[in-house]
Amino acid sequence: MGKIHLRQMRVNQTGRIASVKAKGELGRRIRDMGLVPGKQIRIQGRAPLKDPVSLRLMGFTLMLRNNEAEYIEVEV
Amino acid sequence: MNMAIALAGNPNSGKTTLFNLLTGARQHVGNYPGVTVEKKEGICIVGSNKLHIVDLPGTYSLTAYSLEEIVARDFLINENPAMVVDIVDAANLERNLYLGVQFMEMGIPVVIALNMMDVADKRGIKTDIKKLSALLNVPVVPLVARSGKGKRQLIDVIVSNAGKKQRPLKISYGNDIDAALEKLEKIIRSASFMPWACHPGWVALKYLENDARIIEQGREHDPEISAQLCEIVQKTADHLEATLGVHPEGIIADQRYGYIHSVLKQGVLIHDNDRNRLQVSDKIDKILVNRFAGPVIMAAVMMGLYHFTFEYSQLPVEWMENFFGWLSATAAGVMPDGLLKSLVISGIIDGVGGVMGFVPLIMFMFAGISFLEDSGYLARVAFMLDRVFRAFGLHGSSVMPFIVSGGIAGGCAVPGVMASRTLKSPRERLATLLTVPFMNCGAKLPVFALLVAAFFSDHQAAVMFAITFISWAGALIVAKFLRSTIIKGESTPFVMELPPYRMPTFRGILIHTYERTWQYMKKAGTVILGISILLWAMMSFPGLDKSAALSMNTAQLAQARLENSIAGRIGHALEPVTRLAGFDWRTNIALVGGFAAKEVVVSTLGTAYSLGEIDPENTESLTDRLKKARQWSPLTAFSLILFTIFYAPCFVTVVCIAKESGSWKWAGFSVAFNTLLALGISVLFYQTALVVLPLL
Repeated sequence: MGKIHLRQMRVNQTGRIASVKAKGELGRRIRDMGLVPGKQIRIQGRAPLKDPVSLRLMGFTLMLRNNEAEYIEVEV
Repeated sequence: MNMAIALAGNPNSGKTTLFNLLTGARQHVGNYPGVTVEKKEGICIVGSNKLHIVDLPGTYSLTAYSLEEIVARDFLINENPAMVVDIVDAANLERNLYLGVQFMEMGIPVVIALNMMDVADKRGIKTDIKKLSALLNVPVVPLVARSGKGKRQLIDVIVSNAGKKQRPLKISYGNDIDAALEKLEKIIRSASFMPWACHPGWVALKYLENDARIIEQGREHDPEISAQLCEIVQKTADHLEATLGVHPEGIIADQRYGYIHSVLKQGVLIHDNDRNRLQVSDKIDKILVNRFAGPVIMAAVMMGLYHFTFEYSQLPVEWMENFFGWLSATAAGVMPDGLLKSLVISGIIDGVGGVMGFVPLIMFMFAGISFLEDSGYLARVAFMLDRVFRAFGLHGSSVMPFIVSGGIAGGCAVPGVMASRTLKSPRERLATLLTVPFMNCGAKLPVFALLVAAFFSDHQAAVMFAITFISWAGALIVAKFLRSTIIKGESTPFVMELPPYRMPTFRGILIHTYERTWQYMKKAGTVILGISILLWAMMSFPGLDKSAALSMNTAQLAQARLENSIAGRIGHALEPVTRLAGFDWRTNIALVGGFAAKEVVVSTLGTAYSLGEIDPENTESLTDRLKKARQWSPLTAFSLILFTIFYAPCFVTVVCIAKESGSWKWAGFSVAFNTLLALGISVLFYQTALVVLPLL
């Protein structure tokens, strides 16, 4: 099991969130949407221009920009 | 009994549907005091009870980072509603409860309305309602808001539980934070610090969350106690940072989810299958946001929206025009010639006609956009286009306002500015609504058509394409400029839900469209009428001397009057400056007139050249006149085209900018900034061309 940034994950890859490094508003927004340590996620797809990325967790779909995904570490 | 009930929940949880279900037609839309956040209120009468229902903004959380969340929270603290109805998507329970937990922490009586039971059922999600209610210690009512199933039971539960005391929920946030909370709470309790804010435990929690607003209010209330609290918070934060590398705010959020997870794990939620498996929505998305098919379909949908808004509204717009035309003619017939007649016809009837003329456009635009929004497609558009718009400091959702304003030539900036409401990020939204007026609206087209026909008749298509390109490029560059200067700041976090596709309800779209249109008429209408009369006065006063008027024919008289009016004097006064861009006083007057509506540029030019009444749709005489005029050349014409693209939006748009941004300051800014920008661009073009062209 290695840790990588959410940004580097491939489409359809699954993983478990290890840590969220963002602070302030971004950190709070990421967590408010359920991206908290321990949650299982699956990369759903990327926009036609590769950014943002969409992912599934807790049975719903979320999208975030690549530079926001950078703050999230995932165990894969 | 009268009681205030707050309706809260996540976006896309069916909150608006429930609000409509409970209140029916008895609703009222306004704003929260001092901010542009919309406040919907309604009445629900049950027997002898009158429930006064307030629809709080849809949010995912209750932080101090966004206006919507602050408004929702302040309402709960200040207005003390008897109960919060927290509407929760049963198919998405875990994330939806995150907001519910924050209400419970506040200690307000909460009922959970578990909506979309039918969707959850289809997805194989079963919820043990009794167990959930027992574990959370709040009533839970299953509901299908779309069909009205469960409404009766929900109302009964509200009536029998409202106003009951509720013990605040206490979660364990881990040893360090719990210890700090206890210390803080003790100080707060003994000092009676911020007694109005829920309860001491909640204030303590907000201090630990580093909630800017609560800390500021605390400092105002008692700076000493507040400093004492901040010191404890700082110590805890430093310790946590050193040992775990996390801020208390992060841990608290994580633990809320931990708590929800532990509740749901106790047999409350049963999944028949993997919850991250592909749903119908995901399968649709495989096509609709596909790398290749996605953008093509999106272009088609936008064209569709565009046609829907501008083609289908044509007929009602014509009815309006005919009606006001008839009204003008009638007034002209019965009233004696003179100032009063001119005021009634050119000032009042044209003004009211101007306000009403936009109504069909606004109705169709909102119907179209709310269909796209409710269906979930708008979120996909933001997803696909965000990368492009982000580069200019905007947001993926900015595209709709741009398209409606005339991104496809022929739109209208009035509904365009109003369409910026779909944007939730404040800075991106402001930049969007200040730049959409650069698009080529339908009223600018007659001006372009006139100039192109007179001077570029051999290259019509190329010039029209250049005009569209220049306005898009200009708008995006200006947006980037604004976002790096006066609307500077980090981009608002994008993290957004991609809601599952849903069929919008007819009733929902109807109510939404009606509200928006009515708001436009009520709020913008009166101001627009006032300005319309002001503009009429500028073009009519002061009149001419009787003796001077005697020797002229009608067209000459109109020209002389216009030249002598305030607008005419402004035109003359500005000539030394506008000469640099190639414009004489006649063009200047026409441009002043264009502030009323851009197509007026054409008719005013006609008057200024003593041609009498000019129909913007039929400008042959004016075309010939311009071609022959000594001061006109293709250079002047293109300089005027550039100026028309960029200069001050028409005043109806300006009023809408003021209403949408919540401040006349931004409206004034758009008038001054756009006009200076346009002048700069035109002068630069004209002077450069004068130097360069002879060299070629």
